Amino acid sequence: MAKSIDVSDLNIFYRDFLAVEGVSMTIPARSVTALIGPSGCGKSTFLRSLNRMHEVIPGARVDGKIVIDGQDLYGPDVDPVEVRRQVGMVFQRPNPFPTMSIYDNVLAGIRLNSRRIPKAKADEIVEKSLRGANLWTEVRDRLGKPGAGLSGGQQQRLCIARAIAVEPQVLLMDEPCSALDPISTSAIEDLIHELRADYTIVIVTHNMQQAARVSEDTAFFNLAGAGLPGRLIEMNPTKKIFSNPEERATEAYISGRFG
Amino acid sequence: MASSVAPTRSRAKQRAGDRIFAGATRVAGVIILVALAGVAVFLTVEGFPAFGADSTALFGASSFVGFVWPLLFGTLLAAFLALLIATPLSLGVALVISHYAPRKLARPVGYAVDLLAAVPSVVYGLWGSAYFGTKLVPIYEWLEAHLGFLPFFKGPASATGRTILTAAIVLAIMAIPIITAITREVFLQTPKLHEEAALALGATRWEMIRMAVFPYARSGIVSAVMLGLGRALGETMAVAMVLSASGVITFNLISSTNPSTIAANIALQFPEATGLKVNALIASGLVLFVITFAVNFAARAIVARAEKAHQ
Amino acid sequence: MARAKTPSTHSASSDSLSEEQPVPAQSAPPETASRRTTPLPLSHPTLPRWAPWLVAGIAAAAAGLIALTLGWGLVPWAFLAVVLYAVALPVWSLLVENRRAATDRVVSTLVWVAFALALVPLVSLIETVLVNGLGVINGQFLTYSMRNIIGPGGGIYHAIMGTLLVTLAAAVISVPVGLLTAIYLVEYGGRGHLARTITFLVDVMTGIPSIVAGLFAYALFLLFFGPGVRMGFGGSIALSLLMIPIVVRSCEEMIKLVPDELREASYALGVPKWRTIVKVVLPTAMAGIITGVTLAIARVIGETAPLLIIAGSTDSLNLNLFGERMMTLPVFIYYSFTQPGVPPEYGIERAWGAALVLIAIVMALNLLARLLGRFFSPKTGR
Repeated sequence: MAKSIDVSDLNIFYRDFLAVEGVSMTIPARSVTALIGPSGCGKSTFLRSLNRMHEVIPGARVDGKIVIDGQDLYGPDVDPVEVRRQVGMVFQRPNPFPTMSIYDNVLAGIRLNSRRIPKAKADEIVEKSLRGANLWTEVRDRLGKPGAGLSGGQQQRLCIARAIAVEPQVLLMDEPCSALDPISTSAIEDLIHELRADYTIVIVTHNMQQAARVSEDTAFFNLAGAGLPGRLIEMNPTKKIFSNPEERATEAYISGRFG
Repeated sequence: MASSVAPTRSRAKQRAGDRIFAGATRVAGVIILVALAGVAVFLTVEGFPAFGADSTALFGASSFVGFVWPLLFGTLLAAFLALLIATPLSLGVALVISHYAPRKLARPVGYAVDLLAAVPSVVYGLWGSAYFGTKLVPIYEWLEAHLGFLPFFKGPASATGRTILTAAIVLAIMAIPIITAITREVFLQTPKLHEEAALALGATRWEMIRMAVFPYARSGIVSAVMLGLGRALGETMAVAMVLSASGVITFNLISSTNPSTIAANIALQFPEATGLKVNALIASGLVLFVITFAVNFAARAIVARAEKAHQ
Repeated sequence: MARAKTPSTHSASSDSLSEEQPVPAQSAPPETASRRTTPLPLSHPTLPRWAPWLVAGIAAAAAGLIALTLGWGLVPWAFLAVVLYAVALPVWSLLVENRRAATDRVVSTLVWVAFALALVPLVSLIETVLVNGLGVINGQFLTYSMRNIIGPGGGIYHAIMGTLLVTLAAAVISVPVGLLTAIYLVEYGGRGHLARTITFLVDVMTGIPSIVAGLFAYALFLLFFGPGVRMGFGGSIALSLLMIPIVVRSCEEMIKLVPDELREASYALGVPKWRTIVKVVLPTAMAGIITGVTLAIARVIGETAPLLIIAGSTDSLNLNLFGERMMTLPVFIYYSFTQPGVPPEYGIERAWGAALVLIAIVMALNLLARLLGRFFSPKTGR
């Protein structure tokens, strides 16, 4: 389960305001792609357009194409609900449903589609997903407890388990470690390494070391000035970006001269 | 809150100004306690003679219980019916404002609902009795003709429409802005994080509301409904004006003989009452006070417990 | 995974869950070639954007046809149209889309229907009052009392003055008590026993039925003035019992919003606590406090039941709060409607006129509250 994503000439608007302009890129399957850039450069907006989550904000719209598996995500018959099912998302702050147990949190997405799941099957999915998120051994004894009782890092892994339980093609991660301590961060990074084998992963990060550690490819976004749209400056293998970037702006950003 | 900051703690020497001001605020708080205690005490003292009163003072009833019980029945019936109608409608309005309507529409509608919460009850009573009740007569006739086998609609349908069901509907209309105002706020406060978590899992709008909004808002909804219940129980003028009451106990909702409510009965009888009749009415007011107190108490307890559970 | 075996793309996503699926972290990459053959189930047949409008139009037309043949009125027609719509759209959706989309449409329909149902009576109320009341209001209506009036003529001057006086007195009692209590709760009480009790009882007080407040005022005045007492000030006492909790609540919220940094800055300058509250905290919270007080006045100005009991009813102007019966607008509306006199139409007419005036006052107070809030709102504004 992993598909590549082809983005061509993507413009993202909030009402009349052009937030991101002219992005074209190919995000390879079964690999980790990092999006970096200064605050407000549109990388999170771009990420959210990949599963049509940005539509949650009234007035947001898109033109251009995002093609997964030969289908344009913004095609006329495409259902955003189905898109989000195939393109899962992990958020900046861990957000398990506070009223649900760990067990129910993992199953939340699945219960949407099948009214009744046999207990055995449900148990199996929960274990598989929690193992997939490297969380099983830590929570196997307290699956009935509320998810909000876990530590921040565990909650984030629970959210990852919840996202992979529905077996999406792509996993989007919006600064998944920015609210976590270093130990939890490294646990998540290890997990990303493992998930790469099966998922197409796109991760937004502010932390360039993290981008260097986890990703195969890196895309650098930047904006020319306040009020101007964000653009994709450069996308290349991570090794190249961090050692020998093509663009001067990329080099400036990476070497810490701004941003 | 966290506002009582350091200076009070090092009370080496308190200034006179500080002492006087602090004392004044404390006195104001105590006045509230005294006032509330006063309500209970005065109603008890003035209501007490009614317990030994004879049937002339009790408006024909042989004992105080016999006097209050039919009124209590009517009060509870009208309030229950009102909430049965108001709760789903209020949730609908609140959801429209918080999640369904485009923002341009939601804001003025929310504002209009707030204004309607401020319309005086006597105006609702006027409208319900002079206009709305008469519009319901054909519906009552239809109910009697087609659903007459149910005890609620046995009829004969009232020709004026001034029935307990009309009163309950008017109470519901009055409760809707109150319940809506609170539930809307709670719905709007649902953390974006949880809504997005649900959407990102591929939930439709309704599934998102069920997964993220309702669980978060549950205690808020309960307390809003309880507040609406308190209102419906104690509402006086709308019922007094709309209902043509004869003090019976019946579940027949559409006939011209209807149970009265405690509050409406007081309003109708008090201006002409003298002697022990006044005490009997005050005693019935005490009963109403105790019931609404209990309802409010329960509502606060539910909210407090939910808040504790959230922490 | 399962998708390769499942020909129908629509059900694939749910079916795939029931198939065995290797644990991602440990497994080798699953076969790629087979999956390439079927596309992802991103799209399914969707109802067009205008589908709800089309169904609404058809439902309205169909209901109209039935209503015309059977000679129904407007209300049954609307009812039938809504029912047809609420059934047809989800069924269509179920046939074309899927169960979840259909459920979503059912709920959307129900929510909007509830919304419309709730708004209809509210709109009707305003409309009825406007239609019946506008024609009544003129100079005489606003400046004459009902003294010696039988039949047409007369006005509500005495009731307006009574309402203003009674409410003003209630505000004079409630605002200091409420504001000081709020200050106590936020600045002095902390989490002490007294503060917690007061907070709780204020909550409970918001639920006191207004008629009980009236009975309380009557029982209290009975003690001093004997049975059958009626005076405007009693009404003020009853109203302030209803008003104080509202004032406490809103002032408390507003004072809590004042940041601690401001208080600390003032203490650091050596300003005593009470002057800090008076000179720093209250001015900062002033906009909210004024808004809250105005809204509280708007809430109690239309109260009828307590005034019916303690302030009574009269046809003449009485400007003395402490003596004799005093007419107020809500009570005037009540009596004009329930005891309109002979012939009744003049009394009922006056009831509608007075209702319109009362609503206008309440709405004006609400608007005023917002304007004042905006006008006074300082840097902390929302």
